[in-house]
This record gives sequence, structure tokens and C-alpha cells, in this order.
Amino acid sequence: MKVREIVKKYKGKRENLLQILHEIQDLDAQNYISQENIFILSEIMNIPVSDITGTASFYSMFSFQPRGKYIIRVCASPPCHIMGAETIFEAISKELKINKGETTSDGLFTLEETSCLGICAVAPAIMINDTVYGYLTAERIKEIIAQIREEEGK
Amino acid sequence: MNDRSIAQILVGIDSNTVLSGARQIKTKLITELSRQGLSEEVKVIETGSIGPTNQGVVLGVFPGGELYANITEDEVEEFIQERFVKGRTYKKRLLAETLPEELRLQEYDSRKTQYYGRIVLDNCGRINPEDITEYIGVGGYEALGYVLKEKSPQEIISIVQDSGLRGRGGAGFPTGLKWSFTFREKRYPKYVICNADEGEPGTFKDRLIMEGDPHKIIEAMAIAGYAVEAETGYIYIRGEYKLSLERLQKAIAQAKEMGFLGNNIFGSDFNFDLQLKIGAGSYVCGEETALLSSLEGYRGEPRLKPPYPAQYGLKQQPTLINNVETLANIPAIILNGSQWFRHFGTENMPGTKVYTVLGHINRPGLIEVPIGITLREIIYDYAGGISSGKFKMAQIGGTAGDILPEQLLDVPLECQSLQELGHNLGSGALLIMNGTVSVADFLRSCMKFFVHESCGKCSVCRIGTSYLYEACDRLNRKEGYVDELKNMKDIATTLKLTAFCPLGQSVAQPVLSALKYFEEELKEGSNPNKKGKLPTREKSEGVFYYS
Amino acid sequence: MGLKIEINNIPLEVEKGTTILQAARKVGINIPTLCYLEGLQNPGSCRVCVVEVEGANALQPACVTEVNEGMKIRTNNKRVRNARKIILELLLSSHPWECNTCDRNQSCELQTLAEEYGIREVRFQSTQEKLPLDESTPGIVRDPNKCILCRRCVAVCQEIQKVGTLGPRYRGFHTVISPGQVDLLGDAVCVQCGQCAAVCPVGAISERDDTEKVWEALEDPQKYVIVQTAPAIRAALGECFNLPPGTLVKGRMVAALRRLGFDKVFDTNFGADLTIVEEGHELLSRLKKKLVDEDKTVKLPMFTSCSPGWINYMENFYPELRDNVSTCKSPQQMFGAVAKTYFADEIGIRKEDMVVVSIMPCTAKKFECNRPEMVDSGVQDVDYVLTTRELGKMIKQAGLDFVNLPEEEMDAPLGISTGAADIFANTGGVMEAALRTVYEIVTGKELPFEKLHVTPVQGLEGVKEAELTIKETLPDWKFLEGVTLKVAVAHGLGNANKIVESILKGEREYHFIEIMACPGGCIGGGGQPRLTTDEVRKARIQAIYKEDEGRKLRKSHENPALKELYNEFLGQPLGEKSHQLLHTHYFDKKNKKEKEKVKV
Repeated sequence: MKVREIVKKYKGKRENLLQILHEIQDLDAQNYISQENIFILSEIMNIPVSDITGTASFYSMFSFQPRGKYIIRVCASPPCHIMGAETIFEAISKELKINKGETTSDGLFTLEETSCLGICAVAPAIMINDTVYGYLTAERIKEIIAQIREEEGK
Repeated sequence: MNDRSIAQILVGIDSNTVLSGARQIKTKLITELSRQGLSEEVKVIETGSIGPTNQGVVLGVFPGGELYANITEDEVEEFIQERFVKGRTYKKRLLAETLPEELRLQEYDSRKTQYYGRIVLDNCGRINPEDITEYIGVGGYEALGYVLKEKSPQEIISIVQDSGLRGRGGAGFPTGLKWSFTFREKRYPKYVICNADEGEPGTFKDRLIMEGDPHKIIEAMAIAGYAVEAETGYIYIRGEYKLSLERLQKAIAQAKEMGFLGNNIFGSDFNFDLQLKIGAGSYVCGEETALLSSLEGYRGEPRLKPPYPAQYGLKQQPTLINNVETLANIPAIILNGSQWFRHFGTENMPGTKVYTVLGHINRPGLIEVPIGITLREIIYDYAGGISSGKFKMAQIGGTAGDILPEQLLDVPLECQSLQELGHNLGSGALLIMNGTVSVADFLRSCMKFFVHESCGKCSVCRIGTSYLYEACDRLNRKEGYVDELKNMKDIATTLKLTAFCPLGQSVAQPVLSALKYFEEELKEGSNPNKKGKLPTREKSEGVFYYS
Repeated sequence: MGLKIEINNIPLEVEKGTTILQAARKVGINIPTLCYLEGLQNPGSCRVCVVEVEGANALQPACVTEVNEGMKIRTNNKRVRNARKIILELLLSSHPWECNTCDRNQSCELQTLAEEYGIREVRFQSTQEKLPLDESTPGIVRDPNKCILCRRCVAVCQEIQKVGTLGPRYRGFHTVISPGQVDLLGDAVCVQCGQCAAVCPVGAISERDDTEKVWEALEDPQKYVIVQTAPAIRAALGECFNLPPGTLVKGRMVAALRRLGFDKVFDTNFGADLTIVEEGHELLSRLKKKLVDEDKTVKLPMFTSCSPGWINYMENFYPELRDNVSTCKSPQQMFGAVAKTYFADEIGIRKEDMVVVSIMPCTAKKFECNRPEMVDSGVQDVDYVLTTRELGKMIKQAGLDFVNLPEEEMDAPLGISTGAADIFANTGGVMEAALRTVYEIVTGKELPFEKLHVTPVQGLEGVKEAELTIKETLPDWKFLEGVTLKVAVAHGLGNANKIVESILKGEREYHFIEIMACPGGCIGGGGQPRLTTDEVRKARIQAIYKEDEGRKLRKSHENPALKELYNEFLGQPLGEKSHQLLHTHYFDKKNKKEKEKVKV
């Protein structure tokens, strides 16, 4: 039903498909676009499932797997790379005990690699949901994760 | 503005400074001013990036115009005491004597360029981007009003053409010419699109422009709309730029309210409406035809050119697509004239360029400088030199840009001189690297990016980038095949010659330039005992031919 | 007016809008392509067609670049050849090296180019993820590992058929062509038309190979194996043996089938004649109920039901039209039902011991014969369906010199047919055949068209219409006196979609509509020899009309074997027996499927 409302808000226009998908994903508690929602969308918008899937899967911000509450996106582009992005990725991976694309068993964190976030001046950088973090070190990573965990624990 | 303040503190709030606690500093400033009874006299204004990055929280104080950096919450009280009670500069954190002086271009002073010789970034860090009256206060929307009352579309186009402005997105196509192509088409509706899908790694100039001066983009788009006879504009902004998005949303709402967008703008019969469209994570969408596909709600795959967007663009209608930085030049050009603009930069490429200078340098960040200055000048005069060790190489123009060695430090950063060497200026990212970076490892990270971002439509880019990544990875592990470098060169050359879109073609740039200037180092990654061919019959050596 | 250009120093003049590829072909220069498909929005994605255009920095794709005045083009210099070689090497580096065991061995476009360009080594190696084989549907098998992402299949599925089953998913090196968000065709809505398999340049999409099962049946002494051949085969099978498109090989085909060991060689044409008689009467009965009895439950327009791709499409996308579609089974299934009852009884063979093999131009027929309701004889009516291509392979395996085989005749009785059945092979043919019979039933006179050809519904136009005013009816059909019969014909599901939409919106009204799922009709079916271009379609259609015109009997109701069938077995058209054996019903798969899918 929510999908229907979102589509209505965007007048069911194909040109708004990305916006619609963004909203569907954001509304989902698990931060992803479910199969079911794609089928519903396909029917309402009269676009073949293959077309919607093909479009959505083209963009790296959309996920078809349930994800954690906090999506950690580690920039892997050259400006961060030369400032040590790989060690940051490893630090997070070690701290959360998950690999690229995986979600922690408590459903809190998902670890992703991303292309440039456009905050290269503070490299190495990551983005957790909509918040960016820069000048990172392995220690800082521990602090950030601990802080989120603490907030969630409350 | 009818407040009675005699001084203003500008707090640069952008995605970088927020990390250093800019919002907390802002709050602290306000509470502290109020505690010291200065709320009436000194106003705290939130603004976009003031310029220096990697300098913690940056404050600007007007009148006076000095800049302070790295201010902490604990220092706020002392700062206010010194600056506003005792009336002297707060020496401890003063930055103005280093950065702004260097950037000042006094010989070309004009109303629009008083502020450190900036054209594009003149308002960034000087006005509150969330308040339209401040933009108006510094001459905003004047250019729009002027053209609507005084100029015909053709006249605007010739002003832009005469100014010599070239696209700042990377390709450097003459902007006025592009406008004239769209103007020439007489099928309606037409569209104006601002390409704000800034995905080139190391480039974030557009983000800072949008965060710091969103109204300028809106004004420029309305002018462009009037010039090419379009009534609808879209800003296609990448999904990662949340703050830009917010500020633009606010700005558009304000502009609509004030009548700078909508119907009968400035009492003319020109109508212009503007919409924001959000991307969803795809580098290729920065290519203009891919952007169109994405804007229409499809996979962001490039389309065939010709036909060019000027003829068959969005929804197959005539469409003008300009980069954020390109558009940000327009109001100033309109107000000051094309000859004024030509004072800056070079004959072939007038104006200024916003660079993001990054990597192993002392002051990474954003600078706006006249086109044509050299890499050496930027590194040593603006960016404070190499932070540790010695300069090794620089990648100019983003990940799809060339990797230049030390011997090219003195080449002017300008289309023509670079093209003579087979290089491109690109998007404005300058990534400076010292000796700690290995070429193979760096190239590997570049190729990793392309493997992730190639759209996969054409065979060469799809498979070629993947091979190049694996080759660089092998070289980095010193397990490269015997013919690795030759193979890489063959693939890169083929990519340049045959890839579907300019982005695919540009993948060759870092590879070919690295092979050109750093062949010896890359060679070290090849292992003479490793052969990389798919199983084919070995040529036998013991066969004799009759001749 | 024309544009003057030069290709490899050959001056020529071409019209505006001509691509470099088309221009080059005019002067006998071939430019290799892998993604190009005539008449479609070409993606220009494979890049092997690149050529050098004087003045351009990069090489240009010939298939999509239109020529300009004064353009100077080089199609085969060193720069171009080198680039093509490297592109081929790249394609081969991410393609499984299984040529010897591939369905497309020696008919693969990539393999052919590798040979032409003398690729003797592939210097590049890339790590390839192994993807599962898709064998989830009766008609089509997909091997995504072999896919070179040329997107021809996507173009036909989305642009021509407007089914939209296949599309690109993910991006970059991870891009796959897949049916939506699932990996298997069987989990998606696929009408099995096989147009994707017909255009695939490599072995990524093919029909399911049923030849081994047929060989096995032929070798089994317990089995009485009969074969029926669709009308479209005789105009296309020759292409498997390098005969030019449009060569009529009916006699040689019969000879070959006999030598393969089939006990009887029959003709789907017999089923087609039977279809016309049943369907013609059904149309007249619907008209009567509607016009005279004013029966509201009777639906018009009536759609033909011969094309299983169309039936699948209707059931999945427009189930509301179920009552508009003729209840007649397709000729293949009528044949099967009759063979395993009437014919089996006649020769005293248990239907369990009879194997009915169909040779079809179609992959959807493989699906159709497996439909659970197609068992009216008591067992599965049609056991195996082979495509034209599969039959070609069997003939080669049997070592038959097809080109030099003698011409032989079909067996009686189920091999006897009329010219009306031949034209079932092409678009407009079923309509024409039906009108030949219906008009004569109603008026007692021959259809008033030259050579009996309903010219307005002939040809490759996507949607065709015709009107026919009925005059001087026989006494039984007085209610049709002066009625103008409105008919329409569509081929390719995209065109079917247009017609269906216009009817549902009330923009158009017809009495009778012929729909064939594949462009050009069955002669352009998904199981025909590759590659079916419009030129090939025209040649095949021409051959079919020639076959029709050469016949003594050209109207289905004149088929003597059919008359005998009615006299001895069926009774009368639309009678109880025919109802039981020759008619069927349809399902609403749209809503059912939706529910199932959501559950996944």
C-alpha cells in the first residue's frame, strides 16, 4: 500500500522511477528493495519486472538484500586509497567481523565499498547512512562504532 | 536586511567542516555573543565552504574579511573578547595572512571579483546560502533581471560565446556554442539540465558551489533557460550529496516564493520551473547522455551521439546540459561582460578554474585560480608544498585523468598545452602523490574504480577495465605476466579508440600516461616466468621451413 | 540530394540516413557485427564494427553511424583490424572455450569472426564467475556464461515482442542478461516465442535439444513413430544445408524424414485444414449467436489460436481476452489428438505405443505440447517437438546428403492437405485460409480475390486490416447478407499488443483477428535457421505462396482426407467429438502468477 502512495506522489511517471525506488528503500526497515515491492511496482507502473530490476540494479545505492540499520560505505576511490582507505576497510571489517556486502548478525551494520563520496579533502572517508566521517584512523573507527553501539544500546 | 549588526561572523558549514564541529562552534558563538551582550552588533551567519579545507572550522569576519581556522569550542570566548571587545585580530588562529592574500587578483578588481579574485566561488563562505536575501544583497538575480529586460536570447548567447567560456565538466566544449545549438532547434518543449552528478573521484567543487551558493546555479539556469527558450530545468544531483540537495531544495523554494522561478519572471513573459532529480550511485551518469537515460528513469547507460542532446536530448527534445561550475560563471559574465571575463585565464580558455587539490600536500582543499597556472604553482604557492617526502606524480582531472611526472610540473594547466602532450585537464581534481605511492598500486585503485563504475554496455570497456584491473593487481603483487605492459597498452589504446562513450575512452588516460612516464617502475612488477595466455598451442621451436 | 562518400577509396552516393554499414554493403564491403540487428534501435555495443572516419580521433561504429557528405571511410586498414582483433580477444577472454561442445559450434558468429580475423591466441585472461545454466522452461535453454551481452535478445524481447522478459541486470563486468530479478526464465513471465534464441549470435540462448529423445523413440522397436511437419519448415529447412532462403524442400524433407526412420511422414497441414474448418464454423457460430440470438456471452472479435506464443502472451498479459480466443487447438495439437485416436485405431496401434513428433519452426510449440491439458487422446497428444534447426542437425547426423535427396510424397491420410494449410506459415495466411472457407460456406461461391489471395493482409506490415462485404448468401446464412466482415492481422507480439490495446480502448472493432507471435509469422519463428532478416522472411513467404498456388486443392474444406475424417470419425464441425478432441480452454495466468511470485 505504501508503494502505491509513493507512486501516486510521483504521478506514476517513469522519469521518477529512481526517486520512487529511493523512497521505497528508505521506508523499508531493512534498507532494501524487496522482491515483493518490485512486483507491486511493476504492476502499478506497468513496467516489466526485468526493466525495473535492470534499472535498479544499475545503481549502487539500491540493494536487493536486507541490510543493517547503519550502512557503512567506505570510499575506495584513489584519493582515499592513497591515504590508506584499505586499512580503514580492514579495521571496520575486523571490528564488525563482516566482509564486503555483509550485515552483522545483530542487524545493525552493513559494510559496503563505494566510489568517491566527494569529501576527498578529509580522506580517508566513510559515510554511515547520511553522515560522513573523515580523517579516519583505525582507532577512530573503533570509537565511531562504539558510539553507535552505545546509542543503540540505550 | 534590516538587522542593525555592524559585524558578521561567517561560519563555513559544509560536509568537511561539520566533521570538525562547525555546528557546535556556531551554537557556541551565538551563546557567547549573547552572554557578552553583543548579539545586536555581531551576527552569526551560516555559510557554505569558505575555501580552506583540512583546517578545521573556518570562520570569516566582516567587515575586514579576515579568516580564522582550526578554532575550537574552548577558544570561542577568547576569540570574541579579542576580536569584538578589544577590536583586534585573534592572532592565534588567524589564517587570512596566508591564504586569501595569495588568491587576491587585485589588478582585475571589479564588483564581482573583489573577493579574492573569485568568479565561481565569490559568494561561497560570504553569504548564508539558506537565505535568498543575502544572495540578492550581493547582486544576486540581478543578471537574470537584466537579461529579461534588456537582452534577447541571441544577445545572451553571443555574450557567452564572446566570453570564451568552456565547459568545466571535463570535456571543455565552448559553452556559448552549446547554447546556440540548443537555441537553433525549434521543437518545444526544450530543457535545461544542470549536471551535478559529480562522481569523478577527487572532485567536489560542484558540491561546494551548491552548498555555498545554490542560488547562483538557479539564476544561471534561468538565464540559460531564457537564452535557449526552455521553460523547464532539472538539476541532476548525485544521491550522496545530501547537504547540497537540502540547500538546493530550500533555495528553489525561496526563489519560487520571490518570483525568480515560476511564471512571468520579473514581469516578463518568461516562465521557468526547476526540479531536482537525485541519482542513485553511478559514475557513468556524469556523461551527458547517460545522465539523460537516468533522468528518464532508465539504466544510466550512454546513448549514441549524434544525435547530440542539443537536438534529441531529454525525452527526445532539444536539451542543454551544463556542469555546475560552468553555470556558476554565467551571472558574472552577464553582469560584467565577456571582455571582463577574458581578463582571466588564457586566450584559449578564459576564466578561472576551481581545483580540488588533494593528497600529500600541506593544505588540501578547494582553490579558484586563473586558468593557465602550472601544477608547480598550485602545489607550492597555494597548497603549501608536499606534506612529506618528495613529489612523485600527480593525477590531474580525476581518476580518468593523466598521471603526470615531475618533469611536467611546469606545463600550464589549460586545454591546449595539455592536449599537445596528449593529456586532458579534466574535472579539476589534482591528486598529488609523494614517493610512498607505488604506480602499480595507484593504477590498480584507479582501475578498481572503473570496474565498479563501467556501465557494461560496450564490450571494450566492460571487459577491458576488468582485465586492466587484474593486470595492475598482478603487477602490484610482482606477479605480472611477461607481456603485461604491452597487453595493457594494447587494451588501453583500443579503449581510447573504440569505447562507446567519452568516459570509457578516458579510462585509457591514466594507463597510457603511467605507461609512458613510469614504464620502468611498472616493469618491475612483471615476472618473467609467468605467461598469461589462455591455453593455446605453444609454438614449437624445432621446425624448419623450406623457403 | 544524395551524399557523396568514399569507402576504401570507392566513391559512392547514398541517401541521407544511410549508416556506414549499409553503405559499405552496397559496394560489396562486409563489416563484421555482433550486436547489429536490422530494423532495430541498435545499441552499438559490441564495437567490432568500428571503422576509421577521416577527421575523427576515435574509430566509429559502422552499424549506427550515419554517413555525412564527403565522409571518407576506411573499413579494413591496420588500425581498424588491430582494434577489432583486440576487441575479439577481449570478448573471447571472457567467453568459455567450449566451442567443440557448444550448440553453436560452426554456426557461432563470434567463432566465425575469430576465424576470419585469424585470432590464434588470446593474450588476456579474466576471472569469470560461473553462472548456472537455465533449463527451467520446456522451450528455451540459456547459458549466461556464453553471453557476450550484445543485447540482441533484449531488443527483440522488449522492442519487437514487447514482452520484456529479458533485460540487463547489474552493471559493468557483472552485467548479466536475465529474466527480471530471478535467474530462471521459468520463474518469470516468458512466452517461449524463442525470438531471443533466433537472434543470439553465440550459444547463450538456444532451444532445448530434444533430438536424443527422438532418436531413442526411432530406435525403439515397440514404438510407432510418426512425424508431422509444420508448413513453415519446407521453406526454411534448406537453409540448414546452405540452400538459399525460400528454397522449397518439401519433397526432400519427406525423403529425409523417411530415411531417419519415421514410420509415417505426415503433415501439420492436415491439422491446419482441420483447424480452418473448425475455426471457420466457430466464427460463423459466434456471428450467428451475436447477430441473430443477441447472446451477450459470446465474444467478438474472435482471435486465432494457432500460435502458442500468442496464447502464452494472452494468458499472461490479457487473460480478460480468454473468451475472445478461438477454442480451437493449434494445428499441431489437433493433429496429435487425431493421430492418437482416429489414426491409431485405423491402423490398430495402441496410442501408448505411438509417438508423435512435430517438426516446428517454433520453440513455444515445445511448451504447448507439454501443457497438462493437451492429453485428450488419453495420453500426451504430441510427444516431442523439434525445431527446424534440430531437424537439420538430425539429418546431418544421419549422414544424409539432403541437397541431393529425391523428392517424395507425404503419407496418407494425415499427410494430405490443401494450399490453404500451406499459408498458415506466414502472417495473413490463417486469415486468408479461413476466409476462403468461410466465404464459400456462406455464399457457395469462391472468395472474390485474385488467385484467392487476400492482398490487404499480406506482407510484412505490422498490423493489417481488410473488409469484406458478404453478398448473395445461401439461405442458411441470410443474417449475414450485406454484413461487412472486418478483419485484422498482426504478427510479432508488439503489434499484437497494439491491436489488443486499441480494441480494449474501444478504438477499433473487428470480427476476426489473426495473431502470430513471431515477426512474419511462423516462417520467422524462433526455431528457424538463423538469422532471419526481413529479406529472408520475404523469400520464405514467397516460397509458401508458390507452394499454395501450385496446388490443385487450395481450400481446407476441399481436403478429401478431412471429409473422410468427418464422415468416419468426427461427425460434423463443432460436433461432440471435435469438441472433445479439437477444442481447448485457456487460463488466467496473470493473476495466478502474480500471487505465486509475491510468495517467493
